[in-house]
Amino acid sequence: MSRLLSRVGAAALGSLMGASLLATPVMAQQTVTVGAIEILSGPSAAYGTAIKGGLELAMDEINAAGGVLGGKKLALIVEDSAGNKDQAVNAARKLVGRDKVPVVIGPTLSNEMFAVGPVTNDRKVVTIGTSTTAKGITELGPYIFRTALPESDVVPVTLKTAKEKFGVKTIAMMYANDDAFSKSGFDSMKAAAEQLGLTIATIETFGSKDADFSAQLTKIKGLNVDAITISALVEPISGVVLQARQLGIPDSVRFIGGNGANSPKLGEIAGAAADGLLVGSPWFIAKKGETNEKFVSTYKQRYGKDPDQFAAQAYDTMYIVAKAIDTAGAADSEKIREALYKTDFNGVMGPFTFTEGRDPASNEGVVVLSMKNGRFEILE
Amino acid sequence: MLSQQLVNGLVLGSTYALFALGFTLIFGVLRVINLTYGFYFSIGAFVALTVAREFGATIWVALPVGALSAGVVAVVADWILLTRLRRAKAGELASLMVTLGAVLALYSLMAVFIGTDIQRFPFGFVDNTAIEFGGIRISLVQMLIVGTTFVLVAVLFLLLQRTKLGLMIRALAENEDAARLMGINVGLTVAAVSFLSGTLGGAAGVLIGLNFNAIQPFMGEHMMLRGFAVIIIGGLGDIRGALIAGVLLGVLEVLTAGYISSNAKEAVAFTILVLTLWFRPVGLFGRAQAKRA
Repeated sequence: MSRLLSRVGAAALGSLMGASLLATPVMAQQTVTVGAIEILSGPSAAYGTAIKGGLELAMDEINAAGGVLGGKKLALIVEDSAGNKDQAVNAARKLVGRDKVPVVIGPTLSNEMFAVGPVTNDRKVVTIGTSTTAKGITELGPYIFRTALPESDVVPVTLKTAKEKFGVKTIAMMYANDDAFSKSGFDSMKAAAEQLGLTIATIETFGSKDADFSAQLTKIKGLNVDAITISALVEPISGVVLQARQLGIPDSVRFIGGNGANSPKLGEIAGAAADGLLVGSPWFIAKKGETNEKFVSTYKQRYGKDPDQFAAQAYDTMYIVAKAIDTAGAADSEKIREALYKTDFNGVMGPFTFTEGRDPASNEGVVVLSMKNGRFEILE
Repeated sequence: MLSQQLVNGLVLGSTYALFALGFTLIFGVLRVINLTYGFYFSIGAFVALTVAREFGATIWVALPVGALSAGVVAVVADWILLTRLRRAKAGELASLMVTLGAVLALYSLMAVFIGTDIQRFPFGFVDNTAIEFGGIRISLVQMLIVGTTFVLVAVLFLLLQRTKLGLMIRALAENEDAARLMGINVGLTVAAVSFLSGTLGGAAGVLIGLNFNAIQPFMGEHMMLRGFAVIIIGGLGDIRGALIAGVLLGVLEVLTAGYISSNAKEAVAFTILVLTLWFRPVGLFGRAQAKRA
C-alpha cells in the first residue's frame, strides 16, 4: 500500500516537475513586466489609485488586442510609496534590482520623483512620470521622461484667459509651502502673472494639511483683489475656497487654480463656494473624440466612478510605453529609451510627442475649465 | 480687520483647546501618552458622518452618537493596549511605543475601509451661513465650537472638583496604589477616564470636521502635533491650562499669519513649546508637579 502510494506520489511529483520545467521559461518569455510606484495608502492614496486604475485598464486592453512584441503579455507590478520619499526609493530599488523591470512608471508626486529619479537614472532604467508636473523633473537625467504636461505649460493659458475674459488685473497668490508640487506650481503662476503684467497684491502660504486659512483670507479680503490664484492639492484648496466665501470674499473674486484644483473632489467638498473657479487642464472628461469617450465609459464600467486627469494620463502612458516596447523590439531599457523619443501617439489627451528634453511637446490640448454648480465645464 | 482676525484666532484656538481636553485628561490621570487619542478624533467624526449621511440624522443626534462611539472605542482600546503595561507598571515610553504602533494600524485600517478621500457632512446639515455684525463674520458652527469648548471646560472642571467620580479620578491621578488602598475601584475609574476623554475627542472630531469640511482617517494625526503643544504649554493634565493655551496659540498663529508672514505661522506653536520647556517645564499654568487633573 505504502509502496503504491509512494510510486503514485513519485509519478505525480515527476510530472509536476516536468510541467514546471517546461512552463517556467515559456512563461518568462511570454510576459514583459513593467513596474510602477504609486501612492496606494495614506492621505494621498486617491491619486495613486486613479493612476493604477488607468494603467491597468490600458494594460488589459493592450493584452486583449494581442499584447506587445508580437504576442507577449504586458504585466505590471505596482509598488506602494504611501507618499513617502524613502518608501518610493525602496520600491524603485526593488523594481530595478529584484524584478529587473525595463521601465518604471511613476512615482506619483514630484517630491517622490526628485528622490527616485536619481536612483533609476543611475541604473539606466527608463522612468516615466505620469503625474509629476513640477519644474526640473526631466532634468534629473537622460532616463527620466514625463507624460504629464508640466504646470508651467498649463498655467499661462489659464491666467491669460482670466485676464482677457474677465479683466483680471490685481491678484493675490496662495500656495502650500511644504510640498514641491504646490511650490513649483506657484513659481510657474508667478512667472506667468509677471509676464502678463498682473499686479501681485500679496503672496500667502499655508501647510498642505492645514484646515484653517482664515488669517490669510482675512488679509486678502482687505486688499480688494480681482482674483486669487492657488497652488496646492485639492484638499486644502477646497478648504480655502469654502472659508473665503464664509469670510465674505465676494463671488466676483474668482479663484484660479493650479493642477491640484483639477479634481471633481473640489465640487464635492466645496459645492457652490467653488463656482467660478478657473483651472487649465490637459484633459477633461467631456473632451470630444471617440478615444476619450470610450476610455471614460469603460473606466466607469470597471471602477464604478468617473476617471480623473491622473487616470487619463496614466492610461495614455501605458499605451505610449507599449508602443515604445514594440518599436524597440525588445524589453530593453536602453532601446525603449530611444524608441520613446520617436513616440507619435494620439490618445485621450490629444496628440503626443516628446521634446528633446523628454517633456510633452505641445500644450495645444489644454482646455480652460470653469466650476459651475459643483462641476467643471469647458469655459466657452 | 484686527477684530476679524481676533475672532479667527478665537475659533482656531477653541478647536485646539477642544481637541486637547481629552488628551490632557488621559495624560494627567492615567500617566500615559496615549497616541490613539488622534484616532478617537477621526472615528468620532466618521461615525457622525455616517449616521448623518445614511440615516439623515441631525447634528443634535450625530454629535452625541459620534462622541459616545468614540468614548466606547477609547475604553476598548485602552483596555486592550494598556492593561498589561499598567499591571507591569511600565514607564511612559512603553505606552508611547504601544499606542504609536496601534494608532498607525488603526488609521490604516480605517483608510482601507473608508478610503482616504476627504469627505464632508451633507450640504445643509448645519446652516453654515455666516452672521455679520460690526464687520465681523462668524458662522453658527464656529460659535458652536467656541461655546462647546467653554462649556465642556466648565463641566469637566465641576465634574473633577465636585463629584465623587471626580474625587476618584483625582485620587487616581495622585497615586494609583494609594487610591486602591482607599478602596477606589481603579479599573472602573480608568475606564471612566478613557470613556470621558474618548468622548471629548470624538466630539472635537465632529465639530472640527464640520467646520473645516475635511473628514478623512488621518485628520487626527495632524491635530496631534498641535494637541501636544497645547497640553505641554498649558501644563500636562491641566484642563483650564489647555483652554488658555489653546486659545492663546490660535490667536498668536492667526496674528502671525495676518500681520507678519503666513510662512511663520507653523513656527509659532513650536517656538512657544520650546520656550515653555526651557523656562517653565511644568507648563504656563502647571503647579509644582504636573499631576493635576
